[in-house]
Amino acid sequence: MTAILELRAVKAFYGQSEVLHGVDLVVEEAGMTVLLGANGAGKTTTLRAVCGMVRSEGEILFAGRRLERCATEQIAGFGVAHVPEGRGTFIGLTVEENLRIGGYTAAGRPDEKMQLMYGYFPILAQRRRQQAGALSGGEQQMLAIARALMMSPRLLVLDEPSFGLAPRVVEAIFAIIERIRREQQMSVLLVEQNASLALEMADRAYLLETGYVVSSGSAKMLADDPQIRRSYLGY
Amino acid sequence: MHQLLQQIFSGLAAGAVYASLALALVMIYRATDLVNFAQGEMAMFSTYIAWTLVNAELPFWAAFVITLAVSFVGGMLIERIVIRPVENAPILTAVVVTIGLLLIFNATAGWIYSYTLQEFPSPFPDRPLFGALMTTRDMGVIAVTLAMLVALFCFFRFTATGLAMRAAAQNPESARLSGINVGRMLALGWGFAAAIGAVAGIMVAPVLFLDPNMMSGVLLYAFTGALLGGITSPVGAVIGGLIVGVTENLVGTYLIASQLKLTVALILIIIVLVFRPNGLFGTAVVRRV
Repeated sequence: MTAILELRAVKAFYGQSEVLHGVDLVVEEAGMTVLLGANGAGKTTTLRAVCGMVRSEGEILFAGRRLERCATEQIAGFGVAHVPEGRGTFIGLTVEENLRIGGYTAAGRPDEKMQLMYGYFPILAQRRRQQAGALSGGEQQMLAIARALMMSPRLLVLDEPSFGLAPRVVEAIFAIIERIRREQQMSVLLVEQNASLALEMADRAYLLETGYVVSSGSAKMLADDPQIRRSYLGY
Repeated sequence: MHQLLQQIFSGLAAGAVYASLALALVMIYRATDLVNFAQGEMAMFSTYIAWTLVNAELPFWAAFVITLAVSFVGGMLIERIVIRPVENAPILTAVVVTIGLLLIFNATAGWIYSYTLQEFPSPFPDRPLFGALMTTRDMGVIAVTLAMLVALFCFFRFTATGLAMRAAAQNPESARLSGINVGRMLALGWGFAAAIGAVAGIMVAPVLFLDPNMMSGVLLYAFTGALLGGITSPVGAVIGGLIVGVTENLVGTYLIASQLKLTVALILIIIVLVFRPNGLFGTAVVRRV
């Protein structure tokens, strides 16, 4: 398998303080990599480093391109769709306008893709003319993912998509991500608190602690690690 | 009754100018949370450009279009050169920068064109309309403003760039993640604001006569209009500007000496801030978590 995203000894900084101390990480083509770890371990920072939202050192390679010096909007243009913490919804715009913004950089007709999204998430079709801020949490998460998918990304970056959602909604959302991953050979880099669900779906996993990768390997391997089971899976 | 209607219509014509400038203020405020105190002086400077072109024997509407284009580019340059360096500075720093711009434009205009009043031609003939209820000149000002508003509305509502500009104003980080160049959108916003201001300046100059301090009163009325409409609402800015224009005219005609008209604006500002700080249309967006 070839890697679509590779981080080599990546350090990241907030102002002067270093918060990632040399992270190595791989997302395989059409694969799903999950980052686990406690709060403050550097999971979100890792994602932000990939998208050029924090200052970083080291090498970040995406489809053969170096990303460290690129602007966030350029990286998005290369095919990295990032659904940030808090979903990044444009709450003052309508559902449909949110989707159109997702299609801003992508080639092809936005209307066709929008129909595809309404197929994946029928509830969004019902609410297309509503202000996005009036949607429920689960609907907003669907909208955020649909907006990212409008970019026809090669890599989808998700920061805690299950945060604050009912388990059934989470399952529905992940089922759709799985489907699109298989159908369109999209890769996924995921930060997720729900470790058992994440390890079940992912093929690679990394455990971060205070800015270091302390454990990595296949998702199955990490799921069988007794220490990880105790700390993150609870059995 | 006839006089009242007359005053309302001429108030609407003045209000259309305030509405334009208020809209320019709101555009920049929404994009950067910044009240651009230099908006009036930028408009004044644009008007001098138009005046120079007209004096160079250019047809009025050609001068109008060229001035708008020059102002658009000028507005973008101001954002790039002066505003961008203080983008991440505290908001007061940026406000002080716009006040600095105000002084620079005022002094530069005085230096180049002197402080003497200049006559500025109106593109519209001055004839009574509808049994002297209004003049063709007022009608022309209202029509030009309306046309501009409709064009702007269509741009922001129906084009990809317009949508991207709204997105960038609302959630810059998320806009970047969607591949939108937020810096470019901000520059475009300043360009639009400068061009809108230019229209306001050109429309008001035949009435006020052109001089470097021409827009100081107009800016105050525009600011009142923007505040009245809710500083975050473009529709509110337009309606607020019109209300201010009509109120100012009626109060100046019937209640107080017209020399005191500016106080109307200040009193309106106080009333809005005390009783309805969000203005008429500046309601908070619906948010469910």
